[in-house]
Amino acid sequence: MKQKIFPSLDAAVADVPDGARIMFGGFGGAGFPNNLIQALARKGTKNITAISNNCGTRDGELGLMFKNGQIRHVIASFPGPHANYFQERFAAKEVTLELVPQGILCERMRAAAAGILGFYTTVGVGTEVAAGKEERVIDSQRCILESPIHADYAFIKAEKADELGNLTYRLAARNFNPIMAMAAKTTIVEVEEIVPLGTIEPEHVVTPAIFVHRIVQAKGIRYAG
Amino acid sequence: MPDKPRLTREEIAARAAKELPDGAYVNLGWGIPNLIAEYLPSGLTVFFHSENGILGMGRRARAGEEDYDLVDAMKVPVTLAPGGSFFHQADAHLMTRGGHLDVAVLGGFQVSQKGDLANWKVPGARGSGGIGGAMDIAAGAKQLIVCMEHTTKDGAPKIVKQCSYPLTALACVDTIVTDLAVIDVTAEGLLLREMAPGWTKKEIQELTGAPLL
Repeated sequence: MKQKIFPSLDAAVADVPDGARIMFGGFGGAGFPNNLIQALARKGTKNITAISNNCGTRDGELGLMFKNGQIRHVIASFPGPHANYFQERFAAKEVTLELVPQGILCERMRAAAAGILGFYTTVGVGTEVAAGKEERVIDSQRCILESPIHADYAFIKAEKADELGNLTYRLAARNFNPIMAMAAKTTIVEVEEIVPLGTIEPEHVVTPAIFVHRIVQAKGIRYAG
Repeated sequence: MPDKPRLTREEIAARAAKELPDGAYVNLGWGIPNLIAEYLPSGLTVFFHSENGILGMGRRARAGEEDYDLVDAMKVPVTLAPGGSFFHQADAHLMTRGGHLDVAVLGGFQVSQKGDLANWKVPGARGSGGIGGAMDIAAGAKQLIVCMEHTTKDGAPKIVKQCSYPLTALACVDTIVTDLAVIDVTAEGLLLREMAPGWTKKEIQELTGAPLL
């Protein structure tokens, strides 16, 4: 059977090609796969389409990859007050942005995970978000058609993995990580700890192993502010 | 503009807190709404929801108590109340969009007489802007309260016939709590339910861009 545990962060991201579409977990400083992001910065993959709630905290989180000019397009809900490297590239038109309401960002990824080809929602009706989207009336409510967001890779952060890739998360560091794990073709997780099979109670598994393809152990990194 | 005292931001939050029903599940947005948790009337129990996947969010963490895996939507370290729970962000927004929250309280740049809300982008501002969870919350909450100052710093009305700022959602606001008034958005128009001490309806109408009932 194929071994999911990788010996190093660099090995875990070694095949990520230029032009890859990558989802990055994390919200509010919690649950970001910062070790994997740093490994991808070392590798130097370019022309990335990044899908993430925000666009970095100065050098931290995705900030490093905007600083390095590795990201060409980003799908995000809230770039954030400290995403200065993103804002510089965006102002210089080196990066394009699709702004998406946060819950719709989640649901479009979940649609991709679930094999759903689109859905109608009232969120965004009459706003900039509705531009170019099909609109119709269902049950007397105006709604717009949203499409799934697919990705080649998800980079996520969890607390524990067993050797098969069953995952648990800590507190509110869960956020986008389980959704992205389900939505991407290849999910790479960095975890604080890899534990023996059977030590995670089956009822406590949040992300079942079927969604996880590569596991690497690394002590989590957090960026303030 | 009459030179009379207006409610402070804290007083607006305290007034809005009185609108919350006992036992309600509540989401608080950025700005004045975020202050509401500090000003709940005694005897009132509400459960706070945070869109990063927390229900039963407790008070802010004290110095030395911070755990940065437990933060609110503003990135501030918080605590979990007994009976609280964690879930992923899609379920957190299923709660906002699906009408499961009893009340959401958001900040606002403008509210129209039909209850349209603009609260995510200032026209002409530099940078990309950001939506966050506001559109999902505004579109889905059973009851939406907006807390804001009644006028801009320049004295222009923020309650208007039609929003000129980029919209967050159409016809979503139920009640507006400002430093001058409590106003309900009704089918007939904007109903002035309460005035700040010392203010008259005529004075408040002059600072409002749409007719008050």
